[in-house]
Amino acid sequence: MNAVPLSQRIAFAAMLVLIVASPFVLYPVFLMKVLCFALFAVAFNLLIGFVGLLSFGHAAYFGMGSYVSAHAAKVWGFTPELAILSGAVVAALLGAAFGWLAIRRSGIYFAMITLALAQMVYFVCVQAPFTGGEDGIQAVPRGHLFGVVDLSSDFALYWVVAAVFLAGFLFLYRVVHSPFGQVLKAIRENEARAVSLGYRVDDYKLIAFVLSAALAGVAGGTKAIVFQLATLTDVNWPMSGEAVLMTLVGGIGTIFGPPVGALVIITMQNELATILGAWVTVVQGGIFVACVLAFRRGIVGEIQAKLGKPL
Amino acid sequence: MDTIFGVPAVALYGQLMLGLINGAFYALLSLGLAVIFGMMNVINFTHGAQFMMGAFVAWMLLEWLGLSYWWALLLAPLIVGATGVVIERLMISRLYRLDHLYGLLLTFGLALIIEGVFRNLFGSSGIPYRIPDQLQGAMDLGFMFLPNYRGWVIVASVVVCFGTWFVIERTKLGAYLRAATERPLLVQAFGVNVPRMITLTYGFGVALAAFAGVLAAPIYSVNPNMGSQLIIVVFAVVVIGGMGSIAGSIVTGFGLGLVEGLTKVFYPEGSATVIFVIMAIVLLLRPAGLFGRA
Repeated sequence: MNAVPLSQRIAFAAMLVLIVASPFVLYPVFLMKVLCFALFAVAFNLLIGFVGLLSFGHAAYFGMGSYVSAHAAKVWGFTPELAILSGAVVAALLGAAFGWLAIRRSGIYFAMITLALAQMVYFVCVQAPFTGGEDGIQAVPRGHLFGVVDLSSDFALYWVVAAVFLAGFLFLYRVVHSPFGQVLKAIRENEARAVSLGYRVDDYKLIAFVLSAALAGVAGGTKAIVFQLATLTDVNWPMSGEAVLMTLVGGIGTIFGPPVGALVIITMQNELATILGAWVTVVQGGIFVACVLAFRRGIVGEIQAKLGKPL
Repeated sequence: MDTIFGVPAVALYGQLMLGLINGAFYALLSLGLAVIFGMMNVINFTHGAQFMMGAFVAWMLLEWLGLSYWWALLLAPLIVGATGVVIERLMISRLYRLDHLYGLLLTFGLALIIEGVFRNLFGSSGIPYRIPDQLQGAMDLGFMFLPNYRGWVIVASVVVCFGTWFVIERTKLGAYLRAATERPLLVQAFGVNVPRMITLTYGFGVALAAFAGVLAAPIYSVNPNMGSQLIIVVFAVVVIGGMGSIAGSIVTGFGLGLVEGLTKVFYPEGSATVIFVIMAIVLLLRPAGLFGRA
């Protein structure tokens, strides 16, 4: 296996410094939100960036992760790490079922199928008693990590969220740069050729889909613990759009793009919410259009192209 | 009182009627998506927003210009279709050389913009639109009462769907269109202005969505979110039918509306999800869709 390129080492070091230093300067809840969505976008990017599959239904896995973690922490009294883990397991199972159906089609159909299946999950969540309907699951306890460390302070919780994000990020980095990841990229570039070389393409796609769904579930579960809340917003289609937008802005198929995109979009939502109010959706739509028409490589993709080094 | 499978017959007919109404909208919208997709290989995510715009334009014509429902039925598709033509010329036409997914992302962004603007200008609560005088009241069909307006929606939808099918499958213009779908360069070499044809096709597909929006205005309240939930169901309808055939998308639209209506009678909890479940089953048995080409 090749060594990690210098450009990526530097970028990772910079990200690490930012993660460690920022809670001393910025509001930890805001940073935790960025990290949760960064993980969500990284998980989404595994499919669009490295397998070439546009899933338009990642809200289903994020939202189920959120609901299940909230339920486990509040009703079953799970410790936060076990609550998040249960959210991830349910999201992975859901991802296995939906992925199995969706990989029968590719391209635009794949996007429509994942979107439709996710909307089915949304309707189930609207009706199911355990989600609390319009109220959602409120007052989720943050609890004690491993039953020992009290997470009620934002500062303490921040380090847990940072660790979760870094673990997910490094895990996906490893996946993408493993022989398994090479096959994924081969499928993205030329699926027919990957088939003719004897790879069981559907199996690879399905495994990637399950990994992506599971990490989206981790992101959703962590979000539920941070905000002590799981609602229908987490599972509705605009949430899928957020993952797409963050990845697009940061750079599809780059390693550091999705976290950068999450940082940009969440910052924008926070800063503009006070000035623009409800116009934020319009601005987000505008960013979508602008990115697709003129900025398809995204922020990190552009930098990568300028430097000629992978990021 | 008559019952069928333990359900009062009147309730059954009533739900079947509602199902047919929903089916009329599914058919019109999936038809528009299929026409656009066939020509441009773009899934028009803005379709739901354009459906909503049709309803709003009808309302504006009535409130601001005093133009009746019948004028709206003619003008709203033209106006919204014209905005579609502008969108295609300015933006979508730049993406034909790229991966088709960019078309989806672009039209998704446009849908966010359009719905956001309407939400800011008109709020989310919804505005009522009166049923035109000529279509007030109801008919007695013997076994049930049919509100005139609902009957009109079904008739209008069937006529427009059939007309579209006829133009595309049975006229010279339609033959050019189908030829341009298969071999755009060759058709261009024969002197047909294919880019303009694509632009007008998009405008026509959008106009179909707006027409459906005008039909929907008196039934549902006119509100900015009326299209976004509907369009996702229509995506499922399109996956079930497959986009290969115009007639297929019409039949699938009406059929699934009826199935949804039946589900409301026999298992009300499942009515919101039944179409998605059918989509999953169709994917298992016939991944290309009922009328699709593999």
